[in-house]
Amino acid sequence: MLMNLFKFKGGVKPPSNKLQSNHLPIAQAPMPSRLVVPLHQSIGGTPRPIVAAGDHVLKGQMIGEADGWISAAVHAPTSGTVVEVAMHVRPHPSGLDSLCVVIEPDGKDEWIARTPIDHKAAAPADVFHHLQQCGIVGLGGAGFPAHGKLTPSTGVPMDELIINGAECEPFITCDDLLMRERADEVVRGIAVFRDLLQPKKVLIGIEDNKPEAIAAMRAAVDAQKEPFSVVAVPTLYPAGGAKQLIRVLTGKEVPGSMRSTADMGVQVFNVGTAYSAWRAVAHGEPLISRILTITGNVHAPRNYEVLIGTPMDELLALAQPHPDTDGILMGGPMMGFLVPNPQVPVVKTTNCLIAHDDRLFPPKAPEMPCIRCGACARACPHELQPFEMYWFSRAKNFGKTQEYNIFDCIECGCCSYVCPSRIPLVQYFRFAKSEIWAREREKNASDQAKTRFEFKQYREEREKADKAEKLAKAAAAQAAKKAAEAAAAAAESGAAPAADTAASPAVTADAPAATVNPEKEAKRATIEAAMARAKAQREAVQPKNTENLSADQQKAAADIEARRIAAHLIEPEPATPASEKPE
Amino acid sequence: MFAPAPFLLKDVSVSQVMIQVCVALIPGIAAYASLVGPAILVQLVIATLAALLAEAIMLKLRGKPLALFLTDGSAIVTAWLIALTFPPLAPWWLVVTGTVFAVVVAKHLYGGLGQNPFNPAMVAFAVCIVAFPALMSQWPSVGLQLGLIDQMNIILGWAPRVDTLTGATPLDAMKTALKLGEGSFDVSTLLANQDIYGNFAGRGWEWVAAGYLLGGLWLWHRKLITWHVPLAFVASLSLISGALWLYNPSQFASPLFHLLSGGAMLGAFFIATDPVSGCTTPRGKLIFGAGCGLLAYIIRVFGGYPDGVAFAVLLMNLSAPVIDLLTQPPVFGMKDKA
Ligand code: SF4
Ligand code: SF4
Repeated sequence: MLMNLFKFKGGVKPPSNKLQSNHLPIAQAPMPSRLVVPLHQSIGGTPRPIVAAGDHVLKGQMIGEADGWISAAVHAPTSGTVVEVAMHVRPHPSGLDSLCVVIEPDGKDEWIARTPIDHKAAAPADVFHHLQQCGIVGLGGAGFPAHGKLTPSTGVPMDELIINGAECEPFITCDDLLMRERADEVVRGIAVFRDLLQPKKVLIGIEDNKPEAIAAMRAAVDAQKEPFSVVAVPTLYPAGGAKQLIRVLTGKEVPGSMRSTADMGVQVFNVGTAYSAWRAVAHGEPLISRILTITGNVHAPRNYEVLIGTPMDELLALAQPHPDTDGILMGGPMMGFLVPNPQVPVVKTTNCLIAHDDRLFPPKAPEMPCIRCGACARACPHELQPFEMYWFSRAKNFGKTQEYNIFDCIECGCCSYVCPSRIPLVQYFRFAKSEIWAREREKNASDQAKTRFEFKQYREEREKADKAEKLAKAAAAQAAKKAAEAAAAAAESGAAPAADTAASPAVTADAPAATVNPEKEAKRATIEAAMARAKAQREAVQPKNTENLSADQQKAAADIEARRIAAHLIEPEPATPASEKPE
Repeated sequence: MFAPAPFLLKDVSVSQVMIQVCVALIPGIAAYASLVGPAILVQLVIATLAALLAEAIMLKLRGKPLALFLTDGSAIVTAWLIALTFPPLAPWWLVVTGTVFAVVVAKHLYGGLGQNPFNPAMVAFAVCIVAFPALMSQWPSVGLQLGLIDQMNIILGWAPRVDTLTGATPLDAMKTALKLGEGSFDVSTLLANQDIYGNFAGRGWEWVAAGYLLGGLWLWHRKLITWHVPLAFVASLSLISGALWLYNPSQFASPLFHLLSGGAMLGAFFIATDPVSGCTTPRGKLIFGAGCGLLAYIIRVFGGYPDGVAFAVLLMNLSAPVIDLLTQPPVFGMKDKA
């Protein structure tokens, strides 16, 4: 069909390297010796473990319960015994540990009872719940729980539902093979999404270097008589970036600041997500396996259907890596990362494993200074000025990097790819972003601490004031009592009644005044003193004009001060002990 | 494990960029050499050697890796631009002085590769024309056919610099004639009567300019430069010269004359396009190029120097950071706003 396509600026054309792995059908990976299933596999809350060591689990049994709305459940990929629930390193560039359920398969691969759902008859809320309970998350990259994106956003009508089959990263072919072999179920899954979101149009974008996938999807769409458009988009990295694909298919540009594309009436799902959603709806199958590409420095590159939790080194062995393989890259070569340890497990977002070696990925040439050639800016699909952001990141001037919209950067790597000076630009941007986040966190923490501190002060002062008030009251009561006793004594003695009657009104008139005044006075004085002290303390913890200084600036200020002292421009402040300070 | 994405990199490097700039200069150099003889080749060698030596010493002093930076080719580009903008028979020490000044002061004292706010070759030209105005305006007289040995003798100072060897450049002659004549000269008769003028700009100079144009177009084709700066440069120079020429053709030379003489083409494609000292945003580049063309014309016609390209580029270098700041393009998704 004819459709007007739009272009996005920038983009690069790295060698696609897809032919190695896309000519063989998807194979089933053998059962691994054990499965390490991380509980945190999607964006949002970390699912809570609901099994313990020693438990026997069935295939598809829930082992981690969704924690909150943005979270998705995690399931046992096969039947077997839970060996432990413990911290293991997870496939993440940080190399940090996270809580995993380790299962030893019993070899029976025995399913739990599966309950499909009739998504047309059921209430949407029930369908969302079903998808969440089945652990359906975005398989394209970030792993956003699918039900979260399917919930219609308020106010904005859904114009387009976009299905991402672009797969623009070099080497990866899992979506290609999925569409070729299972187009029928992918299209059924898309129909589920369509029923939930009620978009005006459904567009399926596939890069034009996958003619078989395009043909298969078109055939499936026609066979099911769905009004979906399968659109061949030009092959250009990163056409598969959600925002780029939206731009190409609809002409809409989603600003970096926009939290969700739904706010512009568009929603994007990966083809793999549609497939697994269909399996969950029609067959009650939770997300326990996925298709991934094993390629790179191996004899037999191919796509495999793999259980979540399979250790990567066992998988890589299937493709017979060459002996000089020195690492495993998860994801594509543009945005992927070297896994911290070859035993890390496959997770829901693992779309590709690439055996790394120096021949395929030569070590980077030394970094040269930026010559401001602008190649990076021309390549940037978000139309940023990477060299400016680089300059300010390097100078640790993070405010400026934000002025240059560093948070619009999708870390696609196009800029690094084209830079003749071999500057690892993306790395600088990640560094800058994490610094800004860290500072934000620190600032929030210190704001909170300050609030807490001030509240504590206030409470202490109030307690003191209360105490003083009580004392004053007690003193006044005491005085009143004394006066009353004196009066009583005088009345009893009967001597000099005239003088006493003259005196007693004065006492009785005085006594209430005495009970009020010292009380009030004391209260006011203590409150004032407290306020003054609190102010002094506040100023002590928060010197004026210097509150927002970075460590560097503080150091610079301290250096300047030191130089001034050295040059006898000013006298150093005598370090007077607090007690000796003149009041 | 520490290894940042992307793992694939395009096969480009700074030295490849610089080498391609040098390659693009070759057609212009060939035309130039056939016009003034092998002297220009001698100057290219002298300037290259001086630049590499100065670069090596500076890198050593600054503790930078010698092999990495010496092979980046940036010093050679600077050297070649100096050799091509200096008079071909200039004494060797003048070229060496200019080159050393460019590399040491204009480049390394500002922080080396990528840090120089001014185009080093143009700094060298400006400094030398201010310090040695006489030597910097001795261009070989037209029709002078000296062999390599004679030219070398002159360059190396072994033969006397006789006045008859040198003559005015077309721009120079035009300026002097118009100044002396105070309006009584007529551009077209000047062009017709004097030997140094070819059809457009001076005998053979059109060919040199055409050579630079060719090389420049190739650079554009290779995506090493964008069209913005050269086009804006050529357009603004043509517009202003065209307007004044239409206003009074006997007083002002035609746009073609201005485009094809002096450093216009070299400037538009090779000097003003220097990314380090120029603008980087697309709109900024347009302003930068237009400013260069306009200032070059003003200096040529109303200013004190026969050719204004060097000063025009330096003045625009000065304003490049501000232009860049004011012409930041909107980012993806932000076009409707702001
Ligand atoms: S591509 Fe590299 S050298 Fe060129 S401007 Fe960008 S960062 Fe600088
Ligand atoms: S990584 Fe960021 S700055 Fe670089 S090209 Fe991609 S979006 Fe632009």
